[in-house]
Amino acid sequence: MNLTLKIWRQKGPDVKGKLVDYKVNDISEHMSFLEMMDVLNEQLVNSGDEPVAFDHDCREGICGMCSLYINGEAHGPDRAITTCQLHMRSFKDGDTIYIEPWRAAAFPVIKDLVVDRMAFERIQQAGGFVSVNTSGNTQDANSLPISKHAADEAMDAAACIGCGACVATCKNSSAMLFVGAKVSQYALLPQGQVEAADRVKNMVAQMDLEGFGNCTNTGACEIECPKGISLSNIARMNREYLRASLKG
Amino acid sequence: MSVLDSKVPKGPIKDKWTIYKDKINLVNPANKRNIDIIVVGTGLAGGSAAATLAEQGYNVKAFCYQDSPRRAHSIAAQGGINAAKNYMGDGDSNYRLFYDTVKGGDYRSREANVHRLAEVSGNIIDQCVAQGVPFARDYGGLLDNRSFGGVLVSRTFYAKGQTGQQLLLGAYSAMNRQIARGKIEMFNRHEMLDVVKVDGKARGIITRDLISGEIERHSAHAVVIATGGYGNVYFLSTNAMGSNATAAWKIHKKGAYFANPCFTQIHPTCIPRSGDYQSKLTLMSESLRNDGRIWVPANIEDAKAIQQGKLKPTEIAEENRDYYLERRYPAFGNLVPRDVASRAAKERCDEGYGVNATGEAVYLDFAAAIERYGKEQAKIHGHHDASKEKITELGEGVIEEKYGNLFQMYEKIVAENPYKTPMMIYPATHYTMGGVWVDYNLMTTVPGLYCIGEANFSDHGANRLGASALMQGLADGYFVLPYTIGDYLSDDIRTGKIPTNSPEFDAVEKEVTERINFFMNNKGTKSVDHFHKRLGKVMWNKVGMARNATHLNEAMAEIKAIREEFWKEVKVPGDANEMNLELEKAGRVADFLELGELFAKDALDRNESCGGHYREESVVTEGEQKGEALRNDEEFAYVSAWEYKGEPSDAVLHKEHLEFKDIELKQRSYK
Repeated sequence: MNLTLKIWRQKGPDVKGKLVDYKVNDISEHMSFLEMMDVLNEQLVNSGDEPVAFDHDCREGICGMCSLYINGEAHGPDRAITTCQLHMRSFKDGDTIYIEPWRAAAFPVIKDLVVDRMAFERIQQAGGFVSVNTSGNTQDANSLPISKHAADEAMDAAACIGCGACVATCKNSSAMLFVGAKVSQYALLPQGQVEAADRVKNMVAQMDLEGFGNCTNTGACEIECPKGISLSNIARMNREYLRASLKG
Repeated sequence: MSVLDSKVPKGPIKDKWTIYKDKINLVNPANKRNIDIIVVGTGLAGGSAAATLAEQGYNVKAFCYQDSPRRAHSIAAQGGINAAKNYMGDGDSNYRLFYDTVKGGDYRSREANVHRLAEVSGNIIDQCVAQGVPFARDYGGLLDNRSFGGVLVSRTFYAKGQTGQQLLLGAYSAMNRQIARGKIEMFNRHEMLDVVKVDGKARGIITRDLISGEIERHSAHAVVIATGGYGNVYFLSTNAMGSNATAAWKIHKKGAYFANPCFTQIHPTCIPRSGDYQSKLTLMSESLRNDGRIWVPANIEDAKAIQQGKLKPTEIAEENRDYYLERRYPAFGNLVPRDVASRAAKERCDEGYGVNATGEAVYLDFAAAIERYGKEQAKIHGHHDASKEKITELGEGVIEEKYGNLFQMYEKIVAENPYKTPMMIYPATHYTMGGVWVDYNLMTTVPGLYCIGEANFSDHGANRLGASALMQGLADGYFVLPYTIGDYLSDDIRTGKIPTNSPEFDAVEKEVTERINFFMNNKGTKSVDHFHKRLGKVMWNKVGMARNATHLNEAMAEIKAIREEFWKEVKVPGDANEMNLELEKAGRVADFLELGELFAKDALDRNESCGGHYREESVVTEGEQKGEALRNDEEFAYVSAWEYKGEPSDAVLHKEHLEFKDIELKQRSYK
């Protein structure tokens, strides 16, 4: 198929960016979206132009590095996948495709389609851990049974890949699905209980400091999340936060 | 030819590590504050090492090329992590895990290292549970296990099909705690471009800030390389796009010996390639072989019809299918080790029985498992005369619970529903057992320079068993290196900060800058990927699953020619003082173009078949094992450690002879 691409080009963080038109031809429907981008970049390099910068690494939907806003949707038109898992069979010959970076004040553009997600790192550093040393002198793994239900639910929350699609898609640029997932994983497990109150307060405080917006329950984040992280994690975080605040 | 000193402690194998730890030199807590350690790479090995060293009190500087340590490629490991807990009560023990790993590695690993790995394996699980890793559990709340290839017990712990992700997030959380305490200084989007030695010891690295392009100097009392494997030398592999060998190769050029480069694992269950545009291959977890049956048509006419799209797999009757693993290896069946499964798939496809248009695919079929589980569920829930549809529905539910995310991944890529039609799979480059040579302390041949995880060579011999990579990465980082590194650093408590304004730093920075300037000014005619793809083709066709002397000699000459052309014709657009992805790739491919030649040279030297290294000249010619790989212990029971001497073809071989005191060397049989 032959396509027209309208891609956001921006030389650096302090430079004004704009959409630039490109043509790519003979794209196979079996290609992944990023392989189509590879074709474009090979074309640009061969003609002496600068290739489009975009983040990607594992190309199997797990590292969370890729982050494109395609035709107005985080990770493109398909559901429950990342951009690298999107295939060109989701498009048709003659289509015009808009490709933009994540847009959020807390995710400044570094170059072209690459954004800075350090805000997520700082939120995790504020409390996304259990304070246990890695010395190996912990109790036997089976000495504390955990119900299968709780373990499975913690796993579902822990499946978050930290890509930032929730923020990009939210009209308020809220990071509550991301933070809620991490808070939930630990809140559901006995190992996370000891520090639960401090964790949720510190992580939420850091989230606010980074300039993410508030949640107004539109639910777009859940729909666009490539890992299907549920909105119930936000509800759980709110409960945890309330409980922690009442404790003082 | 010198003999390498592996520094394996004396004593019975069961006590070596315990006795050694008791006698090792320690650094007292107050002095740890005055010692800096650099850790490059933040996967399971690097992440766990950085966290533990920081907890102990050292000042750690950690580096990764991704925008977060959580994105290192350990995250993509699916199936699980081994540990000799014997929770299942099926006769597992440290000895059995040790034995299985040495045998699975086809007797080319170092006994003492493997035994230590088995000893600490149980602790890893305790540690991860304490960190909040949500492993799968049974209804009683205890940890669940599954079985993996090459073993007869269930010792694999897992978190759905995302075990690597969950373990890495555990290590990452431990790192975050130390970053918050100021004990780890984290450098995201930084790439190590060379190591700096002062008075023969590793004392720092030169990095490039991948956002600003700035070249930086970092000093430390010891340097730890944890940068993973070199599978991307094949261009197409299951590795991440950015996975590279630059750190490992650069330290090799500065004196670290490179061991067994030809030991590379071609994983049997990957999604087959579909076209020339392909940028990577996707792995389907080995755990699928617990329930999937592998087959090709028994009749060549059926295979041809399938290749032409005229016949569907579901239309082939049971008696016309060749379940070739169950036929050839009745004892292990579909759960033979990876190298055996890969070669068997290649054998059938080479004979013309492949099942897609390219002829390079076999089926992995879940129909039997769906029926078995369906009947089981029907019985449990009291549906005594359940219809075939109901049984299928119930069975699919069980399969979805176990492998749902893998099935979804397959469907997204191939656009076929694997619940209804068998998956197509084919072997692909996955893991490199070879790597930087290290002694028992995990130190390379350069003092103060350590190498851990997939980047070193030590534990998996010529073939790695499933679910053992995660185990080794975390063992090295949490439980081995933090002890052994103290022994070396105990001499450095009075050294003080290592200055970065020394002539040694000047010289290495100059080398790095000159190479970058060369790329920017070369103005060639061909892209970096052009050369990488050509290298990959030579590697796959001539240094792939079956190797012979003629092909290996050709490969060495061809890779050298591609390398020479690369340095004349490579084109890197843009600027060095900004984010420049082509420049990053150019440096990595330049290193692969050297490593690939040494790889072929090593494969040529090793004229025996062992593990993932199969020489057509060395096979069993008669008897029950006819056609199977033939190892040659008399001549090749050694680790090849290569010393850099300029051109890869000039590398000098040093042999570490392997002694097997606790395990009898046998021809591997999975029949």
